[in-house]
Amino acid sequence: MEKVKVEICCGTACYLLGAVQLMRLEERLPEKLKDKVEFEAKGCLGLCNDDKLGGAPYVRFNGTEPMAGATPDKVVARIREILGMEEI
Amino acid sequence: MNQAAQYIRRELAIRLVRAFDAGKLREEIDQIAVKMRPKNEPSSRCCVYHDRAVIKYRLMALLGYSTEDESDEAKMLASYLDDIIADVEQGKDPYAKLDHRMSPLSVCGPACSGCPDAKVVTTENCRGCFARPCMYNCPKKAVSIVGGRSVIDQSLCIKCGKCVTACPYHAIVKTSVPCEDACPVGAIKKNEFGVAQIDFAKCIFCGKCFNACPFGAVMERSQLMQILLAMKKGEKLVAMVAPAATKSFPGKIEQLLTACKKAGFAEVMEVALGAEKTTRHETAEFVERYERDPKTLMTTSCCPAWVNLVAKHLPDFIDKVSLTPSPMVYSREMMKEKNPTLKTVFIGPCVAKRSEARRKDVDFVLSFEELGAILAARNIDVMTCEAYPVERPAEATARNYSKSCGVTEAVIKEALSKIPDFKLNSKQINGIDKKQIAMIKMYLSGKIPTNFLEVMACPGGCENGPCSIG
Repeated sequence: MEKVKVEICCGTACYLLGAVQLMRLEERLPEKLKDKVEFEAKGCLGLCNDDKLGGAPYVRFNGTEPMAGATPDKVVARIREILGMEEI
Repeated sequence: MNQAAQYIRRELAIRLVRAFDAGKLREEIDQIAVKMRPKNEPSSRCCVYHDRAVIKYRLMALLGYSTEDESDEAKMLASYLDDIIADVEQGKDPYAKLDHRMSPLSVCGPACSGCPDAKVVTTENCRGCFARPCMYNCPKKAVSIVGGRSVIDQSLCIKCGKCVTACPYHAIVKTSVPCEDACPVGAIKKNEFGVAQIDFAKCIFCGKCFNACPFGAVMERSQLMQILLAMKKGEKLVAMVAPAATKSFPGKIEQLLTACKKAGFAEVMEVALGAEKTTRHETAEFVERYERDPKTLMTTSCCPAWVNLVAKHLPDFIDKVSLTPSPMVYSREMMKEKNPTLKTVFIGPCVAKRSEARRKDVDFVLSFEELGAILAARNIDVMTCEAYPVERPAEATARNYSKSCGVTEAVIKEALSKIPDFKLNSKQINGIDKKQIAMIKMYLSGKIPTNFLEVMACPGGCENGPCSIG
């Protein structure tokens, strides 16, 4: 099965507004998910703009699907959905 | 750590810089609160109106004002902005004029929840059990059983918490006032209106309350606006970046230096270069003291909250503090020698540095959060920046100053290079709190022997400072 690719925006705005916590997610991932996800810290993904500043931090799943206001919990939940896994 | 308060602080700083750069700050500053908390949308406090009021005070603090000094509630932020612009134009220091107390911290009354006094109380979970461990474990006989339930006599209770741990039903709770609990020196207390107030004669500016308050009511008075205005005026500013930056920003410190340059600083340097000088001088000072008296005790001088603690609360021991200037002070000297017209900006994770900077003629202090806001607003991405071509990178031991034990290691290494059989009986205080202050007193009074005491106000060192990112 192909791994879920999670790109974390580390542009300064996202970094400042919470991407730091997301970057630590890799180590804290539930055991079941560990070998099913691939994290990558990216430079600014260009997803934020003036009006949606509140949307930072952003992540992107599998290269196409952006998520605004990403938190570790939300990211894990989405990974489970993509993998078709039940909630614990 | 209050992440919600952190988020809003950073978001506001980014918005402020963006509006400033777009030349629209004056027209927009009074609208920011409404834009961030529009009606019919969720609020963080009781209602959006309360949120907006607190945002106004946050912006005041970002402009450099102390919220306690507000004398005219109707005064608009645009008007405060005009004042600051006028002062900077005339070369006046708005910070000094506005506040006789020169405190970098300010408590925002409308944000403070006025938490009820700390006490130990029995909740409904009490089963009025036969064993009554609450009663038997109380050293003050403050617990009695009334009507089949445990009742605590508040006039006798010393809040030791023994009953809290003894109760098998978790029926007894200890309520707390987070800012008072966090303050190591008892400097923050509620005033006659039930609002927290900092006693600036006691405050050591460690910033513990700043992060402890769940309502984000303690605010830092920023110099961001003065820096933005100075840059716009074309003044040459030098970014002196503290070694703790590597934990707060992505990429290497050299990349961050490039980012600072792009953001408009005329010169950049890592403060670790100043730390190298601190190591040399501090080691020499220690060896000299040691030769004079082998029982000597010297303590470090680079943590400003620690120096404030000794000066304000342990004045009898002030001569134990090393006279060696801090890395920031040496960095300032180095830049001023290079070009005396440069204005120096220390960039770090520390609240107390703001008080040290004032004493030591460092022009401005910018927190990592505020630097991050400038970079974010100007779309400067640290990760994609090239490494800055520094003359030479600072020594590894100097870059380690931001970690607990870093100073001690640097001094030992330096001393060993001069005296081969050098031995140090060093002790470290890794984070100042009420209990650690008791330990500090044991060391300083000689009850626990040591000859080199390193004290860092923040657990883990500067890299976990109150304004660090992470």
